[in-house]
Amino acid sequence: MLDVIEAPTETQFEFITFSAGNQSFCLEITQIREIRRWTPVTKLPHTPDDVLGVMNLRGAVIPIFDLAARFGLGTTPDNERNVVIVAAAGGTTIGLLVESVSEILSVDKSAIQETPDIKSEAARQAILGVISVGENMVRVVNLDAVLDNDMGTAG
Amino acid sequence: MSTNSIRDTFFEECEELLEALVEGLSAMEENAEDMDVVNAVFRAVHSIKGGAGAFALDRLVSFAHTFETVMDKVRSHELKVDEELMLLFHRSGDQLADLVEAARDDREPNAESEATILKELEAHLGDADREEAFSFDAVTLDFDAAPMPIDLPEPEPTLRRFDIRFHPTPMLYANGHEPLLLFDALAELGTLTVQADLSHLPEFDAFDPNDAVIDWQLSLETSEDETVLHEIFEFVDALCDLEISVRDEDAPAPMPPEESPAPPEAAEPVTETAAPVVAKTTEPPEAKTPPKQSAPRDEPRGPRPTLRVDLERVDRLINTVGELIINQAMISQRIEELELPAVAHLTNELEAYKLLARDIQEGVMAIRAQPVKPLFQRMSRIVREASEATGKKAKLVTVGDSTEVDKTVIERLADPLTHMVRNAVDHGLEPPAKREDAGKDPVGAIRLSASHRSGSVFIEIADDGAGLNRARILEKAIEKGLVSPEAELSEQEIDNLLFLPGFSTAAEVSNLSGRGVGMDVVKNAVAALGGRVSIASVPGSGTTFTIVLPLTLAVMDGFVISISDQTMVIPIASIIETIRPNRKDLHCIGTDGQVISVRGSYVPIVDVARNLGLSGGETTTGSGVLLLVSTESQGLTALRVGAIHDQRQVVIKSLESNYGAIPGVSAATILGDGKIALILDPDELVKLNPAAPFLPLASTPRLELRHA
Repeated sequence: MLDVIEAPTETQFEFITFSAGNQSFCLEITQIREIRRWTPVTKLPHTPDDVLGVMNLRGAVIPIFDLAARFGLGTTPDNERNVVIVAAAGGTTIGLLVESVSEILSVDKSAIQETPDIKSEAARQAILGVISVGENMVRVVNLDAVLDNDMGTAG
Repeated sequence: MSTNSIRDTFFEECEELLEALVEGLSAMEENAEDMDVVNAVFRAVHSIKGGAGAFALDRLVSFAHTFETVMDKVRSHELKVDEELMLLFHRSGDQLADLVEAARDDREPNAESEATILKELEAHLGDADREEAFSFDAVTLDFDAAPMPIDLPEPEPTLRRFDIRFHPTPMLYANGHEPLLLFDALAELGTLTVQADLSHLPEFDAFDPNDAVIDWQLSLETSEDETVLHEIFEFVDALCDLEISVRDEDAPAPMPPEESPAPPEAAEPVTETAAPVVAKTTEPPEAKTPPKQSAPRDEPRGPRPTLRVDLERVDRLINTVGELIINQAMISQRIEELELPAVAHLTNELEAYKLLARDIQEGVMAIRAQPVKPLFQRMSRIVREASEATGKKAKLVTVGDSTEVDKTVIERLADPLTHMVRNAVDHGLEPPAKREDAGKDPVGAIRLSASHRSGSVFIEIADDGAGLNRARILEKAIEKGLVSPEAELSEQEIDNLLFLPGFSTAAEVSNLSGRGVGMDVVKNAVAALGGRVSIASVPGSGTTFTIVLPLTLAVMDGFVISISDQTMVIPIASIIETIRPNRKDLHCIGTDGQVISVRGSYVPIVDVARNLGLSGGETTTGSGVLLLVSTESQGLTALRVGAIHDQRQVVIKSLESNYGAIPGVSAATILGDGKIALILDPDELVKLNPAAPFLPLASTPRLELRHA
């Protein structure tokens, strides 16, 4: 706590950034429950490719999604550095497979820009906004959209 | 506590009171002279009235009042209980239940039947009683004028002294009761002396302002009888230790017949308190002498103390215990993997741990278990209504109604059971005339029994009617195109036709059964609980339906099987037999269809791996194991799986809470190695068509977001 230089005020948001499908994404820290190493999951029959299966999280059965595949960026290749971000939205807990987690980002609300006016409706749904960090653009993931049905095959 | 939760508590109590009422009424049927029983019934009705008054449920109050007044006449031997009156009481009980339900759901109750029953009840009351009824109503609601109608016929009011020891618990204060108000109410009945017993007062340092440390010793001189006193304490009954004893000084113990709630108790404390009588006013600590035998005073046959617990808490506990079981399995497995040299100690401890874990689980499950009694009692009403509607005479006999079953099972069994009991009266029993011709008792018996047998719950619904008319069933099935006319069916198979969707036997559709809901619905409801229904019928002597249910819904016995490269679980309850197929029994049909001949009949084979869309299914003939299951959609089916590894109890985990329903999979479980295994649903599984790949987008929503 003492390391935080600026005490977060009400307009201050903290995000965890990660990469999936070679793009930078982030999720608000309050939505994240934990970050785990990738362990093999139990596959589910009759599910789209981006649903990897279910995992035992201390007795709860939670589904694991491949975030890159979910956003139509191709499946995440097997890698030892892959991690699962366990996030909660509403009453649902899910796991997201991403390539790697990078850092904690503390930004002012004003630094979050609206999603640029792009054509793809699906992409606009999936991204709440963007934050620019140096040269990079970090996309704020809309967790509800990840949970939403129609995202599965949308590109 | 908000008004709403108090209201909820009232309705919860009503349920219990109604249960007691029904129980009492059936006991009255056996012996209407037993005053304890009559009193119990009276008390139940009276308590409902009292509570309803507090919530201004006027209709309920006035109905309960009329009911109670008639009951009271029985109590005072003014009315003789005959069969007709008994029936009226039963119907009044039903009506009361309806009114309570209507009040709870804020619905308009059925005014017509209410009026009819009211009229019939009033017919048993004289004119005088009816007038009294009005004044009495006001009395109960106002609380300050006390004369009860029961006391009016008493000519000479005898003054009697009651000793009351009143020890409130902290909960009494927490619920906002005030002893002073109670004493005020008592004071209005006669001359009251109050003495506070401060002997339990702790040192100042140890004083807890939330604790209740003061007892009271009261002495009341009144012409009222004991019931009236109890009524004053009615709302705090469970929150205090209360002893009321009577000291008959002038009257040579002439107990009026109508107020004998507990004559033996009344006599006993007289001797008990004989000593303190003298010392009472001067030495309050004396009051400590009869300390511990206080609570069961009022209710000699009252229920054992119980605890109301939020169901959610129990479920959370069950969940955690489930984890414990899984954890125990994991530890066992890990230790096995270590391949330690034989360490007897460790094995012993581990075994003990396993037993303890299982004990805890059984204990926790028992919390959820409830006796089937209330469920069975509800059926007596169904039998009554059904026999009235059909003009048949029927009585309900229940056996083993203390058998305990999981709460959810009881809840979900209510509808199927209602249906089956109705059917038993409507279709099972013959009309009285026919029964007499056959030399049977004109009153048909519906026997409802429950028992535990080898880890399952058996519920039987038996009638002593004519038995199934197999010829007609077959005829009907053929007529409806459910079976082909050439089919040769065994008796068992004909009986089971009843469970086919779209089957209804009653020649004319009565308004009772046969409203399109058939036995197939019953079968599905039972299957959804992991159980099975079967029929046995003997022509001329009746039909028996047997429901076999698992003891609990949280754990299940399953086969651990491998399918393709995955480990899965299939419920044992659904498996009829396992077959290691012989090559000569397998036959191909079409391009890839396969059947196996099982004792002469051909059963289609469904490859589980293929239906689940998993690669590498055991399609080559001869490999794998076949599990014979009976499914709704296509009857007997053989499921082909890779191998059976184990048979064990698994803890059921919902998939739907975090994901969504997956076709062919009913739930998941966690195995000893911490991995998740899917639990298969054979019925859904065979419906899956491997040829048409499952389209997630076209199906029901996969994910149900549950936003707050």
